[in-house]
Amino acid sequence: MDQIETGSGSVLREYGSEQNLLSKPDGSATFLQGDTSVLAGVYGPAEVKVNKEIYDRATLEVVVQPKVGMSSVRERAREQCVRETCEAVLLSTLHPRSSLTLILQVVHDDGSLLSCCLNAACMALMDAGLPMGRLFCGVTCAIDSDSQIITDPTAQQERESRALMTFAIDSKERNVLMSSTKGSFSVKELQQCIALSQKASEKIFQFYRDSVKRRYSKIL
Amino acid sequence: MEAVYSCFREKLGQVILPGDVFCFDVSAVEGSAVRAERVICGPGLRRNGDEILVYKSGILRHKAPNLYWIDSQQKRYVPVKGESVIGIVTAKSGDIFKVDVGGSEQASLSYLAFEGATKRNRPNVQVGDLVYAQFTIANKDMEPELVCIDSCGRANGMGVFGADGLLFKVSLGLVRRLLAPQSEIVKDLEKIFPFEMVVGLNGRVWVKAKTVQQTLIVANLLESCENMTTQQRQVLFRRVAEGSL
Repeated sequence: MDQIETGSGSVLREYGSEQNLLSKPDGSATFLQGDTSVLAGVYGPAEVKVNKEIYDRATLEVVVQPKVGMSSVRERAREQCVRETCEAVLLSTLHPRSSLTLILQVVHDDGSLLSCCLNAACMALMDAGLPMGRLFCGVTCAIDSDSQIITDPTAQQERESRALMTFAIDSKERNVLMSSTKGSFSVKELQQCIALSQKASEKIFQFYRDSVKRRYSKIL
Repeated sequence: MEAVYSCFREKLGQVILPGDVFCFDVSAVEGSAVRAERVICGPGLRRNGDEILVYKSGILRHKAPNLYWIDSQQKRYVPVKGESVIGIVTAKSGDIFKVDVGGSEQASLSYLAFEGATKRNRPNVQVGDLVYAQFTIANKDMEPELVCIDSCGRANGMGVFGADGLLFKVSLGLVRRLLAPQSEIVKDLEKIFPFEMVVGLNGRVWVKAKTVQQTLIVANLLESCENMTTQQRQVLFRRVAEGSL
């Protein structure tokens, strides 16, 4: 498998995406990072249940469906991470009293699942044409026992790591929108990981642009 | 207008993504030449302080003198005042009909908003009927409202649909291409055989040809136009016209 060099040591696995592949949802996308693959579907702005209605903005609901079995606490934690990132970029005040639903189906998990979920979510939201102030992407970093930082780790690398962190990076100022960390690390290591993620995000945003261009190529 | 146009020029007809911004370089214009200029931001663009923010992905379009918008392929409809849509009547309650237009909320349609309707003479509309109507009220904070008459009280092509025909959904981008004046797709399709077509801006298309078979052919051709280039479409239409379907 080809690896994509982003400079200064951060390496992402090969990634790919397809938009508008499902017929029923208003927006859909798949995102692959190496062997990790997530399918996302977006419905909305649609009718909202009275008890979930917010009078000045849209209600966003995120559902993460695991590959097998029922969704558990782990999926709930992922849902919350994705939901808070999406809420930060969506201009939800433009569609008050409506519901936005984002469904993320895990197709295969080979590490960096949360970042793959974030990337699939962003592509699907773009496909649905929902108003967004900026884009976001997810990057996962692992610190192994030799204090080496690995970006976009596989499941094997995640298991052997000392610390694991995922950041959502925005496309305008390259700021951190969300972070999820596990394990122990120093402040310096955290800053190094953020810097590496910001560097890697450039590649992903360029990839977003290229894949949207490809999608619109037939009607240009 | 030049200063405004120059900042959009290089991106016209190109794909842009949410988060892109357009800034006006006022310093390039000489001090005395600075005049108030208006820019109209269509769908996908909004003002954010001194710059213009893109909030949808799609192709940047321009219409002289100062109208800019983003042409995007979406599926979900958001009501806009003045647009004509195909709705499905879902309920009758008192003096209004509830109509599903594919938006986030059902639109209301007064029974008096039909040609020739009075309090005594109610229009014959049943639940499940299709109506072609226009939005008189459509904004994010209020329930959308439809009418089936124009400002002179004439039907002007709007109202309840007759029997037969087939309704199907396509993307909003395709609908806009169909409704464009001198639409290539409609011109090519007309050459195959005669048919009636109603296109609503909410992505619903209703077609009726002489036979059921022909209706289905037209519907399938329109649906397949979604992801075809002009050449591919012309090849397909030629094959159908020669009777290979």
